Amino acid sequence: MLETALKGSKKYWLLVLVLFGLHGVGATAFLYQLTKGLTVTGMSRDVSWGIYIAQFTFLVGVAASAVMVVLPYYLHNVKEYAKVTILGEFLAVACVSMCLMFILVDLGKPMRMLNVILHPTLNSVLFWDMVVLNGYLFLNIVIGWVVLSAERKEVPPPKWIKPVIYVSRPWAVSIHTVTAFLYAGLPGRHFWLTAIMAARFLGSAFASGPALLILLCLIVRKFSNFDPGKKAIQTLSKTVLYAMIISIFFVLLELFTVFYSQIPGHMHAFVYQFVGLHGHGALVPWTWAFAILAVIATLMLLCPPIRENEKTLAIACVLVFISLWIEKGVTLVITGFIPNPLETITEYVPTIPELAITIGVWATGFLVLTILYKIAVSVKEEIAS
Amino acid sequence: MDRSRRRFLKILGISTLGVGTISSVDLLAMVGKGEPVYNRTPDALVGKRWALVVDVNKLDEETTQKAIEACHQVHNVPDYGDEEEIKWIWTDKYEHVFPGQEHAYLAEEIEEKPFLVLCNHCANPPCCRVCPTQATWQREDGIVMMDQHRCIGCRYCMAGCPFGARSFNWKDPKTTYWKEHEPPNPTYPVRSKGVVEKCNLCAERLAAGQIPACVEAVKDTKAIVFGDLEDPNSEVRELLQEHFAIRRKPELGTNPNVYYIV
Repeated sequence: MLETALKGSKKYWLLVLVLFGLHGVGATAFLYQLTKGLTVTGMSRDVSWGIYIAQFTFLVGVAASAVMVVLPYYLHNVKEYAKVTILGEFLAVACVSMCLMFILVDLGKPMRMLNVILHPTLNSVLFWDMVVLNGYLFLNIVIGWVVLSAERKEVPPPKWIKPVIYVSRPWAVSIHTVTAFLYAGLPGRHFWLTAIMAARFLGSAFASGPALLILLCLIVRKFSNFDPGKKAIQTLSKTVLYAMIISIFFVLLELFTVFYSQIPGHMHAFVYQFVGLHGHGALVPWTWAFAILAVIATLMLLCPPIRENEKTLAIACVLVFISLWIEKGVTLVITGFIPNPLETITEYVPTIPELAITIGVWATGFLVLTILYKIAVSVKEEIAS
Repeated sequence: MDRSRRRFLKILGISTLGVGTISSVDLLAMVGKGEPVYNRTPDALVGKRWALVVDVNKLDEETTQKAIEACHQVHNVPDYGDEEEIKWIWTDKYEHVFPGQEHAYLAEEIEEKPFLVLCNHCANPPCCRVCPTQATWQREDGIVMMDQHRCIGCRYCMAGCPFGARSFNWKDPKTTYWKEHEPPNPTYPVRSKGVVEKCNLCAERLAAGQIPACVEAVKDTKAIVFGDLEDPNSEVRELLQEHFAIRRKPELGTNPNVYYIV
């Protein structure tokens, strides 16, 4: 099937070229970082994780897109998802690839990364995150590829793939849970030390993943002869709506516990986020942008005429995606380090090489996505003709 | 013919498996959990639970500087003086060292006093719990050690430490700081970029029968005392018996082994 990725329109090749170019920019910046060390980033002794780990955290969520279409399709026989499952699975592949790349570029000694496998450490959540992420990547590649190949040959998929599909669903839940556990089990970080962390991860993942999937479905329909179906998009939009309401509810739960109990250590990080602390407030505009966009998007989705019109639905999905990107991809990780364990504040701003690497990884992920989608769409068009 | 070929393959398989197992056992042996890393001399200091007792009343600007300098000289800790600084032992104010314990009417003397802070060598260390490669681990005598040759630089331990005791080599000390300065201690290695480091309670000095450098530097004032908590006759136990001492963030359950007499 790979050959279908080699035949495409001018627009397709232009997109591939642009993404490859951005990948090149990121790769160059990464070589620069490899020579100089992570000193080229904005991270410091106090804020020791930055935008790389934040992107990883956000993208683990987007990878959930697959589960919200594959699970209803295979377990509840929701027929309208028949056409989009492959798009969900391939999106998960691209997202998990980006996650792994973001972890790699964050390592001080990337050449030693195999130490995680050479010295497996069962008490480290990071070890388990490596296991579940690689497993999820593998599962989605296998499932997507096998099902699509069968579809191309117009035969039912082999029987052995069914149990693999069943395994892949709880596995999707595991990637969010384990990633949340990276944060939620650290004794000294009040902001992350909350039992609702994993639930929050799942809530926002089930909003950001399907929101991006809706946008991708609309793009695919516009630029190819493959139509994922209006009904699938409408059903997905309801998933986004419910997940968004749950996500906002979970954030409010956090705010209640923190501000009603008034325990200073627990309040500091939230105060820093929303109004700034001791004259430091780099994340204040971001936090409010998240809050406002999330509310607007939810209100839009709540309104049936807006949700049913695909043009306005697309706008709502963009808002959902941006707001949750701010929440997971900017504020959640960085605020965990502010204030530091000695209750002083060091702020964090990413540098240009750091942003170049970040854009490079995103571009590489979207290059993977473009190629996989090209294959999927070509096969679908081939069957239809 | 066929049978002997099968037998040959079988033997080959078993021996490959054997060699594989032996090499993985070797690898596990290299983990060295609980083993001292330095070769002990006959007069090495051996203990069951090493601890430090810091008598804050005896600390002043001069004493703390002496202790810090001694440590950073012995371990070739570069002095960058920016947000990427490396520090094994340093000072901070009471309100930062014991957050939540400060109040508006705190005695001025306490408020302004430099408190020495360093790795607590916790009995229940979160840094060791989170490390994905066992590059940081706890020895049987309680010292939390760091293997800079295994560390992958993920900095999970820095997120895990509730005391801010860990530093990361954002830049390469060899090509930056040590290019312009002579490393003061040629017998202790300098680090490379991309690894985490912290106080090792002078494990290398203990193996040679010497007390930690910071303790020795302020020996005449007895501001920092080193000893074995499991030894009822040790000086640290005596001090804890006679004085009221506190530890940093005891509510987190990490069980720090650095005590402060306030």
